[in-house]
Amino acid sequence: MKLNLKIWRQKNATEKGSMVSYPIDNISPDMSFLEMIDALNNMLILRNEEPVAFDHDCREGICGMCSMFINGEAHGPDRNVTTCQLHMRKFKDGDTITIEPFRAKAFPVIRDLVVDRSSFDRVQQAGGFVSINTSGNTQDANAIPIEKNKADLAFDAAACIGCGACVATCKNSSAMLFVGAKVSQYALLPQGKVEATQRVQNMVAQMDLEGFGNCTNTGACEVECPKGISLENIARMNREYLSASLKG
Amino acid sequence: MSRLLSSSIARKIAMALSGLFLMVFLLQHFLINITSVFSEAMFNEISHFMGTNPLVQFALQPVLIFGVIFHFVMGFVLEIQNRNARSVGYVQFKGNANSSWMSRNMIYSGGVVLLFLILHFYDFWVPEMTYKYVEFLPEDPSRYYEELVHKFHDPIRVGLYVVSFAFLSLHLLHGFSSSFQSVGANNKYTRSLKSFGTAYAIIVPLGFAFIALFHHLNTL
Repeated sequence: MKLNLKIWRQKNATEKGSMVSYPIDNISPDMSFLEMIDALNNMLILRNEEPVAFDHDCREGICGMCSMFINGEAHGPDRNVTTCQLHMRKFKDGDTITIEPFRAKAFPVIRDLVVDRSSFDRVQQAGGFVSINTSGNTQDANAIPIEKNKADLAFDAAACIGCGACVATCKNSSAMLFVGAKVSQYALLPQGKVEATQRVQNMVAQMDLEGFGNCTNTGACEVECPKGISLENIARMNREYLSASLKG
Repeated sequence: MSRLLSSSIARKIAMALSGLFLMVFLLQHFLINITSVFSEAMFNEISHFMGTNPLVQFALQPVLIFGVIFHFVMGFVLEIQNRNARSVGYVQFKGNANSSWMSRNMIYSGGVVLLFLILHFYDFWVPEMTYKYVEFLPEDPSRYYEELVHKFHDPIRVGLYVVSFAFLSLHLLHGFSSSFQSVGANNKYTRSLKSFGTAYAIIVPLGFAFIALFHHLNTL
């Protein structure tokens, strides 16, 4: 395949970036999108040019590191896949592919396609956990019976890999799908209910502090989420927040 | 409680509740107006009741005006905050691939509805308030129908109203289901509620447009 890549190049967080065109040839349709970027970088290195910086780790769709905005969509045109799971067979020979970093004030660009998503870490640290006494008397997990449908919903919410596609694709840069999933995965389980009031309040407060936008229910996040996290999680978070706020 | 009023979720819920309230008002407004098509006497009677009942005039009317102002002021505040949440925009952004036009452009459809409300207040509310509380003219229970028909004689006004109702429909097509999602109601009834919301968003504005056109054509 022959492609024309238009990629956002930015030296560092402070300098202004711009789109740069890179014609590339001999791309196999069997390559993953990141392998295609690898091929581009090999070409750039041979030409003594700076390779394109991009985030990646597991390359099997579970680490949540890859974060490209491809042809106007987070993780590209395919559904329920991360950028590393996107294959070049989804594109046509001669296509122009626009590649940008995830854009949000809370996700500042560090270099080229690499963005700082530590705002998500801080939201998680604000309450996305269950405090466990590890002094030797840890209870057997199976000792608490949990309804199958609740366990399934909690598991679905826990499938969120925190990649930030929801923020990137939302016209308001809202992080509510991410926070909704993290709140839900605990709110649905008995172990999470103990700290539920504090958790949702603290996580939402941190989310607001990080400068994410407000959710206007466009539903774009649900469509672009590589893990298919449902909007039901945002509704659940809203209910949790309302009830927590009324409790004080 | 202070946290409830200052967070993004609180603003979202407040926006939804004010929207739900305005949708209830819109339905009752429509049900009263549609009587003008069938019976002049019935329309006059209901309008007279609404225009002279102290509970409606001095309790519900201020709440309604507050609801309208709150909804659009909060809408603009949220829009500014949301635009600020992305300082550098995308070169390519395919909104159509994952969301409806209505959901992404509530500020524009709402803006048109706001402009319409200014015209609507100028047309009906301001003369009504002047009649009752400025000039203290004697109450005439049969004047409402005549005033309505007189206003819809002008084709430009009718045209502006019909276009505004189209934007109202676009606003409601997202607003109805969105307000339920915002207050946390996403459950087994969501699909039925969405269908009901779509029907509401089409039938009510279409009905308002029909009323305006009906009276216009009747006076020709």
